[in-house]
Amino acid sequence: MARMKFLCDADRCIECNACVTACKNEHEVPWGINRRRVVTINDGKPGERSISMACMHCTDAPCAAVCPVSCFYTTADAVVLHDKDLCIGCGYCFYACPFGAPQYPRVGNFGGRGKMDKCTYCAGGPQQDNTLVEYTQYGSNRLAEGKLPLCAEMCSTKALLAGDGDMIATIYRERVAKRGYGSGAWGWRTAYREGVGA
Amino acid sequence: MKCTDRMSRMFRFLLLALALGLAAPAFAQQGTPRGVVSAEEMEAATIRQGGIIDGRTTIPDPQSGNLIQPVGKSWRDFHNQTLAWVGGVAVLGMLAILVAFYMTRGRIRIEAGASNRTITRFNLLERANHWMVAGSFIVLALSGLNLTFGRHILLPVIGPEAFTAISLWGKIAHNYLSFPFTLGLVVMLLLWVKDNIPNARDLEWIKQGGGLIGHGHPRAGRFNAGQKGVFWLTILGGGLVAASGYVLIFPFFGTDIGEVQLAHIIHSLLSVLMIAAMMAHIYIGSVGMEGAFDAMGSGEVDLNWAKEHHSLWVEQELAKGQGSVPGSAKVAGAD
Repeated sequence: MARMKFLCDADRCIECNACVTACKNEHEVPWGINRRRVVTINDGKPGERSISMACMHCTDAPCAAVCPVSCFYTTADAVVLHDKDLCIGCGYCFYACPFGAPQYPRVGNFGGRGKMDKCTYCAGGPQQDNTLVEYTQYGSNRLAEGKLPLCAEMCSTKALLAGDGDMIATIYRERVAKRGYGSGAWGWRTAYREGVGA
Repeated sequence: MKCTDRMSRMFRFLLLALALGLAAPAFAQQGTPRGVVSAEEMEAATIRQGGIIDGRTTIPDPQSGNLIQPVGKSWRDFHNQTLAWVGGVAVLGMLAILVAFYMTRGRIRIEAGASNRTITRFNLLERANHWMVAGSFIVLALSGLNLTFGRHILLPVIGPEAFTAISLWGKIAHNYLSFPFTLGLVVMLLLWVKDNIPNARDLEWIKQGGGLIGHGHPRAGRFNAGQKGVFWLTILGGGLVAASGYVLIFPFFGTDIGEVQLAHIIHSLLSVLMIAAMMAHIYIGSVGMEGAFDAMGSGEVDLNWAKEHHSLWVEQELAKGQGSVPGSAKVAGAD
């Protein structure tokens, strides 16, 4: 089985936000929920880079480790998913997540959180694959259709790569070797405890 | 001739200028066109020194600007290791101490026996407020403990669906009951602070072990040193727990991820310590001591109990003429 990862080549990302839009549209993500976002560091200064960031589907995922109701699970493709029927919206996964991936609809009293929503790697959830109930809760399940996440698939500069970790790391290393520079794989050290160079 | 010569010289000059113009920035940036940034180095530095790699986004939510916050790892370690150990040792440790105390000391009796005459210890407002705080506290404590220990203890027993239902109701109750709890703390402070100012007599009480160790009855006013301790722990500890709780209940209202993590650490650590302390309070106010529960039950305590545990207070009350007479009693000669 593949070990699915995301890799954003920040030297290619032009901050067009098409990945964000594609994600929102593909899964009909509601207002206020952002499964993917583009963060620009050193904005307007030397070393400015834009990085498209979502759930990184960590090895030994912190969200799963702190969840009080144990609603997370990891698929055979190493995609980290959760069961919304079990989630209580406590917010702990957001405290632990290094990437700010978990999102909560604001429902009910005070700052009350509804059931958590995050990037599914276009792999749906625990419901039957490609059913309406799965789509309503988690969005579309492209992985079950043999397709990769839409954000990466339609990235205009091919900055955002999705697929097996070794494969996309190889593609990225070849790019760096050819063009002579590269800022590295953002979040990999934190998410997978290994860089892209290994 | 002259003309072409000048033109060729100008051409050469332009070429040179163009070459320099292109080369200069390239030299300055050592081969990279947009400055040097290394994800590996930035992440390693952030993991080492703490902090957050953040930037600008087009999303209005300020939290979305956080690209990577490896500090979440320390919060995870706190929640899964530190809190679980501190909470487990505090709660189970206190339970063990109380059981051991009961086995050795047994129920503390009224030494002089019941007098069957009572004196009013707490009025209706005091008792109602106490039970509002106590009732809220018990639900808050159980729903809070459930978030840390439930998945290890309760989840395997009752299954994921039932556990989620309980935890979800627990979360809602936890949010709402924070308000009567906080209100009760304020009322409690106003009602009892004047009798809870520490004084020299408290030192004497502590020296004598409060009569818990040994069988003496150190003199005490309305509240003894132990009760004053419970009072201040409730007011100060409860106050801090409530304050940090409101930071959590309104997530990111003027706070960032680091402050929310800190609020959770303060909230949870103080809570488990308070739960342990309140277990001792509940013990001594119920099975641990004969006659103690009446103070918060009916509000009328046996006069002998009062004399043994709060001698100075009884003297004061009797001097005020408030020692109660059985309801059926009539003034002499009234018939």
